[in-house]
Amino acid sequence: MTKLASPPNATGQLSSGANAFWVAVLICLAVLMPLVPWLFNVSVFVVSMLMQSSTYAIAILGLVVVLGLTGQINLAQAAFFGFGAYGVALGTTVYGLNFWTALGLGVLSAACAGAVIGLTTLRLGGHYLAMITISFQQIFDLVAVNWIDFTHGPDGISGIERPKVGSFAFSDDRAYLALCACVLYVLIALVWYLPRTRWGLAMRSVRENELAAEVGGIHTLRVKITAFTLCAALGGLGGGLFAGGFAYVSPDNFNFARAIEFLSMALLGGVQSPFGGVLGTTLLILLPEWLKQMPPSLQFIKDVYLAFYGLAVILIMIFMPEGIWGLVKKLWPTQRASSQVQSSASAAFKLVESSSEGSAMLRLDQLQKSFGGLKAVDGLSLEVQKGTVHALIGPNGSGKTTTLNLVSGIYSPTAGSIWVDGVDVTQYTPHSRAWAGVGRTFQNIRLFSNMSVLENVMVGAQRMHNPATSSDTSSSNTSTIRDCALEAIAFVGLESKTNELVLNLPYGHQRLVEIARALAGHPKLLLLDEPAAGLNQTEKGELVVLLKKLREGHGLTVFLIDHDMKLVGGVSDVITVLNFGRKIAEGTPSHVLNHPDVIAAYLGDPNATA
Amino acid sequence: MDLANNLQVLFQGLALGSIYALVALGFVLIIRATNVVNFAQGDFAMVGAYILVVFLNQLGLPYWVSFLLSLVCMVIFGLIFNYGVYYPLRNRSYLPVLISTLGASIFLQNTTLAVFGAQPKLLPKVLSFDGLQIAGVFLDSQYLVILVVTMVCVIFQYFFFEHTLLGKKIQATSQDKDMARLLGIPVALMIAVTFIYSSVLGGLAGILVGPILFVSIGMGSIIALKAFAATIIGGFGDVKGAIVGGLFIGVVESFAAYYISVPYKDAYAFAMLFFVLIVLPQGFFGEKISQKA
Repeated sequence: MTKLASPPNATGQLSSGANAFWVAVLICLAVLMPLVPWLFNVSVFVVSMLMQSSTYAIAILGLVVVLGLTGQINLAQAAFFGFGAYGVALGTTVYGLNFWTALGLGVLSAACAGAVIGLTTLRLGGHYLAMITISFQQIFDLVAVNWIDFTHGPDGISGIERPKVGSFAFSDDRAYLALCACVLYVLIALVWYLPRTRWGLAMRSVRENELAAEVGGIHTLRVKITAFTLCAALGGLGGGLFAGGFAYVSPDNFNFARAIEFLSMALLGGVQSPFGGVLGTTLLILLPEWLKQMPPSLQFIKDVYLAFYGLAVILIMIFMPEGIWGLVKKLWPTQRASSQVQSSASAAFKLVESSSEGSAMLRLDQLQKSFGGLKAVDGLSLEVQKGTVHALIGPNGSGKTTTLNLVSGIYSPTAGSIWVDGVDVTQYTPHSRAWAGVGRTFQNIRLFSNMSVLENVMVGAQRMHNPATSSDTSSSNTSTIRDCALEAIAFVGLESKTNELVLNLPYGHQRLVEIARALAGHPKLLLLDEPAAGLNQTEKGELVVLLKKLREGHGLTVFLIDHDMKLVGGVSDVITVLNFGRKIAEGTPSHVLNHPDVIAAYLGDPNATA
Repeated sequence: MDLANNLQVLFQGLALGSIYALVALGFVLIIRATNVVNFAQGDFAMVGAYILVVFLNQLGLPYWVSFLLSLVCMVIFGLIFNYGVYYPLRNRSYLPVLISTLGASIFLQNTTLAVFGAQPKLLPKVLSFDGLQIAGVFLDSQYLVILVVTMVCVIFQYFFFEHTLLGKKIQATSQDKDMARLLGIPVALMIAVTFIYSSVLGGLAGILVGPILFVSIGMGSIIALKAFAATIIGGFGDVKGAIVGGLFIGVVESFAAYYISVPYKDAYAFAMLFFVLIVLPQGFFGEKISQKA
């Protein structure tokens, strides 16, 4: 879907000694960087370049969150950078605020602008976002240049103050650099840790497969807006520190070319990782300096460096989608530590019962769905009783999958209503239906390919109102969610694969992961869309055993579609048959499968003349 | 303000809008063929205009010869663009392709800058007469040419897609690549043809608008942003929507510049875009591409 490149680095745990060595080297480099100006006699120019790198890198971390982690594009990072910079510049020079207040206001205004853009655009998808952020970037530039009364126009603002802590003023460039570096390191650590948190998981699931995330109970819009706002805020923070460092800002620091530079930095280094982002930033800031050392015949490159950025962006996309950091990581393959999860996997999966009074778990009332003139579902009414396995069958094009999509909220019905456990969910979004207790799998498997089995199932387990995790008052507790996911994985028999990337699993196992993901949310109602499609005979047998175990041992209500009559007949309590979007028969398997209308629908009517 | 002035502004708005519509048509074609927005679409216009500058101003060839040669060059350019920027990424998601076209846009602009310098170039009008004066309204000949050419392109495109086999094949490709491939349609070729056609459309837009806006490095990106706004306002991926949206933006922009303020001329289209996204997110004619489970 919207993912930019393959495997994320998030789950790779550094374990071996060689890795520990490189981590130590990285930390040493990081600590040394701000100390260099104190230890050696370097020029002002070098200090200002380091300052530029560290403030830019903070803005790039924003892109790592929004582009690398969440898979959404932002081409206005320079504008958000500008919000922070102008906040500090105007705040300290014109309005007489102290640095920290001005910085706070700058970051806040950047975040607000980000949130507004996100709110209006993110429900529409990627292309809109790309174009709207470009437009926003252009408007920012127009305003910064033309609204001279407020922004001081192209002349810019000089005399920007540096911060003070107590009586200590960061007036020395070296001290200010150390401050920027500290902020940067804290943020790198946070962005590095983010993918492991609940929010990080949600962001990655949105990047990997937005539809599956939404149906699995992730409020995808909220996740995307959060990521975008966070990105804007990081941009603002970088910009604010930049303004303090250079004491001067002008609109050409924040134009579209700068936004492109930011994007190139993130992509070159590797947008999947905060380290990659920082690496790319450093390289592209050093690059012009290296070019100055070139022989005069190559000096022209300096004037057209943006052309090279453009070319580099294309080449990176084609040959190096994970950037330099991705290549580095490939050279040092990290082993996936398996020890971390084994311990708590002992508890057996036990579905937590939470349904209310009443006998029907799912009730469809005169449900209709038209696509243009085609009535895919035409006045369908049915009830799925609690604790039963109810199958929906019918010839191709009879409206089965449409019905399932209506129940899980991917389509909204043309007419009629849908009730889950006595609640009218017709107007609910897909994620709120998941919160109400509807879980589902897809005919063409929709997993988060570049995430591990455990992470996939954890996304299912973290749905709001999950009875298995919310009995704990702290429902955001990651370890509760992890335990819940591990139980579901053990239930489908994939304990040994817990830390594998699902991408590497065989097809049959992927189906099981999808079922585990749905089960980990402890749904009241499980929707299975052709669960046996593509499985071999053995696997089908295992699936039947699993379904029976779910119904008999756990009392789960299942509503399923399949074409395999043996499977449907074997597990179902009730079968409903659809044809042309209408119900033509309903009853026990033996009753329905011998019904003349059903036979006619599948095999043709023997009395009709051809 | 009097009627003649308003008519004058309306006329200019329609002509500018036609340019946006031409570029928007190119956008829509590529969106429909590949499900990707080509962020270098505006730069096709810029490249087209500069190629004409080379043939006409620098080599001194007659206008019509230069014009035709420019379009031929745009065919080659479209082909190179397809194989250099889109084709290697065809099996990836939309985001890498989008970023790649963005990279192409930056590359084209800055390479042109390096070759031709920042000084804008002048192009002569297509027709030698200046224009017509009707009821106090001056109809500039270049604006008239733009309106006529846009109309011809729209009609051609309609017949091409609805009434030729090649058009049908391209439509099939855009709707379901795998199925089209199974039916023996050379999908890669169809997409290449789409890029070529978009490239020619873009080049044409640049050549036509050159005498009005000057030929400059940034001419393409600002047209493209408005053309994209037009495709969104009209309804993403809809041909009719692109034309109506383009004209709409051209007209609103001209009136806003006339009555409100000129320096912010380029901001009106974006303001409108935000407004439409909030009020009417599916555009005037509804989005053609939607997600399926």
